[in-house]
Amino acid sequence: MTFFLEVVIGGLLAGVMYALVALGFVLIYKASGVFNFAQGAMVFFAALTFVSLMERGWNIWLALAVTLAAMVLLGILTERIVLRPLINQPPITLFMATIGLTFVLEGLSQLLWGSQPHGLELGIPDVPIEWLSEKWNMNISQFDLFAAFVAGVLVAVLALLFQKTRIGRALRAVADDHQAALAVGIPLQHIWAIVWATAGFVALVAGVMWGVRNGVQYALTFVALKALPVLILGGFESIAGAIIGGLIIGASEKVAEVYLGPYVGGGIESWFAYVVALLFLLVRPEGLFGEKHIDRV
Amino acid sequence: MLYREAGQFRSTYAEDQQIFPIRQDRIAMAALLVVAFVAVPLFGDQYWLSAILTPFLILALAALGLNILTGYAGQLSLGTAAFMGIGAFMAYNAMLRVPHMPILGGFIVGGLSAAAVGIVFGLPSLRIKGFYLAVATLACQFFVLWALNRVGWFSNYSSSGVISAQQIQLFGYPIVTPEAKYLLTLGVVVVMALAAKNLMRSETGRAFMAVRDMDVAASVIGIPMMKTKLLAFAISSFYCGVAGALYAYTYLGTVEPEAFTLDLSFRVLFMIIIGGVGSILGSFLGAAFITLFPIFLNLASKWLEHALGIEMSHAVVSNTEAMIFGALIILFLIVEPNGLARLWQITKEKLRLWPFPH
Repeated sequence: MTFFLEVVIGGLLAGVMYALVALGFVLIYKASGVFNFAQGAMVFFAALTFVSLMERGWNIWLALAVTLAAMVLLGILTERIVLRPLINQPPITLFMATIGLTFVLEGLSQLLWGSQPHGLELGIPDVPIEWLSEKWNMNISQFDLFAAFVAGVLVAVLALLFQKTRIGRALRAVADDHQAALAVGIPLQHIWAIVWATAGFVALVAGVMWGVRNGVQYALTFVALKALPVLILGGFESIAGAIIGGLIIGASEKVAEVYLGPYVGGGIESWFAYVVALLFLLVRPEGLFGEKHIDRV
Repeated sequence: MLYREAGQFRSTYAEDQQIFPIRQDRIAMAALLVVAFVAVPLFGDQYWLSAILTPFLILALAALGLNILTGYAGQLSLGTAAFMGIGAFMAYNAMLRVPHMPILGGFIVGGLSAAAVGIVFGLPSLRIKGFYLAVATLACQFFVLWALNRVGWFSNYSSSGVISAQQIQLFGYPIVTPEAKYLLTLGVVVVMALAAKNLMRSETGRAFMAVRDMDVAASVIGIPMMKTKLLAFAISSFYCGVAGALYAYTYLGTVEPEAFTLDLSFRVLFMIIIGGVGSILGSFLGAAFITLFPIFLNLASKWLEHALGIEMSHAVVSNTEAMIFGALIILFLIVEPNGLARLWQITKEKLRLWPFPH
């Protein structure tokens, strides 16, 4: 029983990490209807920039600030160069453009900082919490808890931003209808730049967390593929959905890996999350918290 | 001046409905086929045949398959490479396990198996659409690759996972030289492209397009949603499956799961986006562009190194290439979102009026 609990909790905490990446997708989709495939590359770019600055002896806060500035700049540039000329194009065109952006970002980050893997240390040890493992014989990593806390704070801040502020209202209006938002005087370009910059910030947080966990290397871009099932499970438009989806995916994936994996030869983590998400979709086609689409002829 | 249809009268329905109603188009197409079937194998050098033209044709076929699903029926799929993998492995198994299996029979078995898998993974499309569906097809991509890696039956319990494809022969004539492999590929691709062109002009094709444009409206006017969507998945996967079998037999010479990763899916998707979504010609143009562009880029970087007299490291070159590739895709989407096929159409319309456009 303790082992099962340990597996579930470990899975839930891993799910939080997926949710961190999924959040970036949700933000951009919610505000602009763009399925931003470059989110994984943005995570990689942010993490690599941050770790490279740290390795050059920069102060951690300074490195964080500079990376954040770079991500904001990246967001603004993306809006200017990629999105603005593509206004009013069908969603698939925008999606393809973000795949192109993925190539550019991956090339750019490795061109700037080299392609060798880096370790990242934040001073929070990735070791089991002592009293838990003594008392309950459970191994729960201290760092995972920290990551969960960060994700929680991030979600709270984003939810506040979306629900309570003027910018948040504008973001929701733009998501609802580009043209109507323009008509009531919401500056579409500014809103998009803000959203992409925010997504850049989320990517930075996710990149740092994943970097500490797995090291900063090219494989970080595949983290995005892990976030996709979370995304469709939770619904593209829902911040809460990203978190809940992440938790479900993380827990079920770990449980399946431990209890089902040995029977089918292991390695099922590459697809299991997708199948779980797919099963959910068959019941709720718009994800758990996605907006219901009503088709009209 | 040369490209004018004045004086060409169509007096029967058959003439009116032919694929190339303009005589100049027919002549150009015939000339192209003659060049492809006769001149290229006679005069092309081995490197071009085996490393560029054959993969170009195969990827064009895969792009055609994806275009049927995404371009005509409107169902975005990211699982193309998985269907190709199924085609390759099932063709291998058919050749291995059925005695005296002709190679074309193997290709058909590969295609049909891919079609069956396509139908299974197309089932969610009845409930979900758009990007949700795209992500769902990723499930297919990962699951199939996993199965090909883990289930020993597919690779005949080979320990390395990389199997060399069997020696193939067509009607007793062994296909070993690059010329023969190229001709076999070309033959299959031409026949299947013609079939696709005709299929898309038929009732089925029109049903696909109706579903693409608005599926609710299509079902209201009596198009059976389930049959149409699943048929689109089946046909598209069949094309991809055959392309995968060709990829293994006439291009790689090996059958291995590593050849059919997500990267390949994306490459094929790029082809139809750059070539033109919902266009048979576009599949070919896009495939040509995506196959030739990296080679061109490579040559350009070599030339640049030479001209500037500097030595660029391999990493710098490959990263720069990735960046240019990505930037070019974005540029393409901005300049001509409808792809190369649309550019070709515009050119033709201009040509008909040239040199007196008024």
